[in-house]
Amino acid sequence: MTRIIDHPVLGKLDDRKKIPFTFDGKVYEAFETETIAAALLANGVRTLRVHEESGTPRGFYCNIGHCMECRVNVNGQANIRACLTVVKENMVVERGKQHPNIVKRMVENL
Amino acid sequence: MIDVIVIGAGPAGLAGAITCAEYGLKVTVIDEFVRPGGRLIGQLHQEPSGEWWNGIKESTRMHNEAQKLSVDIRCGVSVYNLEKDKDCWNVHTNIGTLIAPYVLVATGAAEFPIPVPGWTLPGVMSIGAAQVMTNVHRVEVGKKGIIIGANILAFAILNELQIAGINVEHIVLPEKSPLSQKAGEPEEVLKSLLNAAHLAPSPILRLGSRFMRNRGFRKLGMKFYPKSGVKVNGTPLQLRKAALEILGKDQVEGVLTAEIDVNGNVIKGTEKIYEADFVCIAGGLYPLAELTAVAGCPFQYVPELGGHVPLHSEKMETPLEGLFVAGNITGIESGKIAMAQGTTAGISIAKHAGKGSTDINKKLEQALKNVHAVRQNAAIQFNPEIANGRRKIYELWEDLYGKEQDSLKEIG
Repeated sequence: MTRIIDHPVLGKLDDRKKIPFTFDGKVYEAFETETIAAALLANGVRTLRVHEESGTPRGFYCNIGHCMECRVNVNGQANIRACLTVVKENMVVERGKQHPNIVKRMVENL
Repeated sequence: MIDVIVIGAGPAGLAGAITCAEYGLKVTVIDEFVRPGGRLIGQLHQEPSGEWWNGIKESTRMHNEAQKLSVDIRCGVSVYNLEKDKDCWNVHTNIGTLIAPYVLVATGAAEFPIPVPGWTLPGVMSIGAAQVMTNVHRVEVGKKGIIIGANILAFAILNELQIAGINVEHIVLPEKSPLSQKAGEPEEVLKSLLNAAHLAPSPILRLGSRFMRNRGFRKLGMKFYPKSGVKVNGTPLQLRKAALEILGKDQVEGVLTAEIDVNGNVIKGTEKIYEADFVCIAGGLYPLAELTAVAGCPFQYVPELGGHVPLHSEKMETPLEGLFVAGNITGIESGKIAMAQGTTAGISIAKHAGKGSTDINKKLEQALKNVHAVRQNAAIQFNPEIANGRRKIYELWEDLYGKEQDSLKEIG
């Protein structure tokens, strides 16, 4: 996706400092003071995690911290909301991953 | 020592904080978001006078005013519990426990989610999410969008997306279901839109609104409603189309739609796929009141106010000593009302804290009058029955607590 630099009413937005961060090992560029969710969307990344059980993709839904759909791993800490967390220089972000479902496997093997 | 903890740095919270600080109280404001302003920072529309309502400017103005009064504003702080301990409230947050005798809960509103098959695909978002991405973060949510759900919030944000050059190709209804309820019934949707017809997404709706108030005409109008929809600033509003499923493999690729009858029932054989790379679900707003429930505040269901609200007086008191509320937590209304309520709550808190001179009662009366005046002049009303809803909750308060206060006075 692209950024809305020139807005007819809100004006121009081109004075922000660019900083690098990584998502799943790949380096991306963010603007200082923007959230992880916004920076990733601006880089064309919509999928922020996969569902812990089913492995199906998920992105942000509410974008203001209510729905918990955008949880990612930030500098080793799991379940951080990408929509409320500001990107820092060289931040290491990873998508939320699928977890083994031990109980389900046990039932399947009965 | 803190005198007042304000939870929520939106229009109500900031106005309340400013007023408390003006009366010499030491105030800390906490908010989960990365910057103050709450949902005000997403708002952008032209007033009937032609002037622009720029939420970012408004919140910056209030933020500066609060800073001048040495209000401590902390962003990125989440509250997870709230409890009374003797004379003080303990507000438990991710940065530790904050303690103060007075708390103003101004947590605002949240969006009703309307589950649609496929809605977990990346690229599906609430309409408010698209607003924040567009106006606050200034990142395009996509190249080709579809809005599911036709209500005032959806039209307000559609307009903002259009101003920013974001292409929304269709507005359709959610499929009728126990979860979507009236949002999936064309006649009911039309009825609710007519309440806002004066601000007129389209001249046809504006012209038709007088006739459409009659139920017979409304049924007829819905029967002959154009299949391709009525254009709202170029985006067709398709009241006779429902979204059956959001399609895509790794992200949104389109929406499966079908024609529906006037009652919202799907007409088989009319299925059609609309391509899209983003979908906004617009379910409307409800008061975000969990924290007052955790604190032990009694609740009342008032549909005109948008759902369950904590019991409160017109002066923004709750039945719990030291706990106050303001803004959308008390009922869904505009940001301007939230500000006026915040000011009222601020004066109320100052009065309880024994601040201000003898004229503080007069100031409180003026603040209450101002809330009414702002409501009467409001261009957008989320619920046309809002004044009735307000009256209901204040009467209930009088019944339950008004007499108690009188008898206390007699004893005192």
